[in-house]
Amino acid sequence: MKTAAETALAEAFAAVRAKLPGDRRIAERRAAAFEAFDALGLPHRRVEEWKYTDLRALIREAKPLAAAPDAQAKRRAKGAGALLAGIGARRITFVDGAFVAELSDLVALEPGLSIAPMAKALAESDPLVASRLGAIVPTDDVAVALNTAFMGDGALVRIDRDARLERPLHLVFAFGSDTASATFTRSLVVAEEGAQATLIESHEGPDGIDYQVNTALELFVGDRAHVDHVKIGIEGARAIHVSTLMASIGAHARLRDLVFTTGGALVRNQLFVRFAGEGATLALNGANLIKGRQHVDNTLVVDHAVPGGFSRELNKSVLDGESRSVFQGKIIVRPGAQKTDGKMMAQALLLSENAEADNKPELEIFADDVQCGHGATAGALDQNLLFYLKARGIPQAEAEALLIQAFVGEAIETLEHEGVKDALMGAAAEWLGSRKQ
Amino acid sequence: MPMLEVENLHVEIEGRKILEGLSLAVNAGEIHAIMGPNGSGKSTLAYVLAGKQEYEVTQGRVLFEGEDMLAMEPDERAAKGLFLAFQYPLEIPGVTGMNFLRTAINAQRKKRGEPELAIPDFMKRLREVAKRLGIEPEMLRRAVNVGFSGGEKKRNEILQMALLEPKLCVLDETDSGLDIDALKIVADGVNRLRSPDRASIVITHYQRLLNYIVPDVVHVLSKGRIVKTGGKDLALELEARGYTEYQTEAA
Ligand SMILES: Nc1ncnc2c1ncn2[C@@H]1O[C@H](COP(=O)(O)OP(=O)(O)OP(=O)(O)O)[C@@H](O)[C@H]1O
Ligand SMILES: [Mg+2]
Repeated sequence: MKTAAETALAEAFAAVRAKLPGDRRIAERRAAAFEAFDALGLPHRRVEEWKYTDLRALIREAKPLAAAPDAQAKRRAKGAGALLAGIGARRITFVDGAFVAELSDLVALEPGLSIAPMAKALAESDPLVASRLGAIVPTDDVAVALNTAFMGDGALVRIDRDARLERPLHLVFAFGSDTASATFTRSLVVAEEGAQATLIESHEGPDGIDYQVNTALELFVGDRAHVDHVKIGIEGARAIHVSTLMASIGAHARLRDLVFTTGGALVRNQLFVRFAGEGATLALNGANLIKGRQHVDNTLVVDHAVPGGFSRELNKSVLDGESRSVFQGKIIVRPGAQKTDGKMMAQALLLSENAEADNKPELEIFADDVQCGHGATAGALDQNLLFYLKARGIPQAEAEALLIQAFVGEAIETLEHEGVKDALMGAAAEWLGSRKQ
Repeated sequence: MPMLEVENLHVEIEGRKILEGLSLAVNAGEIHAIMGPNGSGKSTLAYVLAGKQEYEVTQGRVLFEGEDMLAMEPDERAAKGLFLAFQYPLEIPGVTGMNFLRTAINAQRKKRGEPELAIPDFMKRLREVAKRLGIEPEMLRRAVNVGFSGGEKKRNEILQMALLEPKLCVLDETDSGLDIDALKIVADGVNRLRSPDRASIVITHYQRLLNYIVPDVVHVLSKGRIVKTGGKDLALELEARGYTEYQTEAA
């Protein structure tokens, strides 16, 4: 039996499939992806990967596809990305899932950098899309299948061999419509061999509307390339947000990733990262600061397919009210991926007795000469530490804030860019300020 | 009026009586030493003065400059000028020494209605004090006490004290685990704050410290009560004879 949401998605796909961008091959791929979704339906708690985030129960209705943003929607989205206003990033803005040129900065691109809207790239059969899009997609993931079926716009970014971007690249995804609707954005970023970049995506929208976001990013980190990727989730209080990162890391490359979430009613961040070349380094961090009845699920799969990979996963959740965080981390070490060093840690700081943190680590190891491990902690603020701070004259609220910031700070400080780190610590401080209201 | 007046203090923790009618008066300008066997209640007294929550005061009162100190939050007490150097200083992962100290000093100033210290002024003071105490500036960029040796932690307590310039210092075995040079530095830190309008309570097991910080009054604490009070010679006597007579006396 199909749920109302599943039926609505099938109807929507039938109605829009002919209008979605892309050539015949893309259309075929959309159809295959939709069929895959249709066969499986929305994932529910008996699907192991979605055990704690039962989409079938949580998504009561599927919102209609968002219309192209009108002048009002664009005006409402104008302030989006302000969190990172001070860092001199190059901003590319998408409103209601569509690229908006007047809110984007595409002038004087640094040498070696090219950027195109995904809808245009799909429509024009861009060769990069033909060669890379979908190349590292997990086969059986429903969220990705839906994204592939409906993908509209997004960013197509290429950083040429050995190019170093001085300015961070900031993809701003804003919801500007005044009616609840759904967006499906898909981006593809290719950092060629030896390239260096800081890539930020932020997702935001108004508190009053129950809009739905399904966003996906495919990220290729070439051999020796260094990429920092930060995803900032500050969606509105009623939003449902599902995101997927699919990344591949080349030989001796480095990827440092942070998923930072304070917004959204229901958030699922999926990260699939594959070591494609030997001797690469990965830091995969998560930081959640949530309250009320928010539900944030960070699920990651780190696939060591080649020898000598080094990975560190650190997930930090600060939970207030009746909020719930889920961390599912799987480390796979394929046969022959010797000398893999992978460690995973999940930590939850419970500020309320009614908050809940679930943690499900998994190690699948098929090589014998490896070092892998995982750990987890969950608890309240340390009363003895609070007393120590107060004994030095720091009031309770400020002492708590100091300890909470230190707690999430650990997940943030691995990033390279000082301005980005400061902005995120600022966002954490702002969350702390809002908590007491 | 004494600066600190503890009257007939009874304290319990988890239903267990720890302090049983302790009285003590410390005048401005004085240094008092408190000695006594392990488990007699010295740290308990220090914690109760600083305002640690889990200790329940069932009787008695504590006045600080005439005000009811037990009614104040720990941070209010600190802003009023009380400082406790912890017997076991805590590690604060993720909070640098500099951030911690600046937050503390400005929180206290704010509560007293004074303007915040600007960063350059703060840094200047911090550097001066750190240098005097032989603390490398690099240590202050690290998380508070994380990975510090026992002696370094104690020295760090004195750094905090020197910077915050409290009116009443309570030092809980700050001398334990210190080498002789560090001991002199700690003593110097306390002696520098010696003035007619400040006072100190020094909890120690060793007469040695009192060669450097010469007390005006020495108390013996046993089984939750002060069982003897004397001059600085009392410490020498205790060193020679131990606590046996006081323990049986109190029993
Ligand atoms: N949090 C606590 N829970 C239970 N018992 C406690 C607690 N704190 C102190 N006590 C008990 O109270 C008594 C007094 O302890 P306190 O630490 O004050 O002694 P002390 O005089 O400082 O000893 P020492 O010289 O070893 O530092 C001890 O028997 C101790 O076990
Ligand atoms: Mg003690």
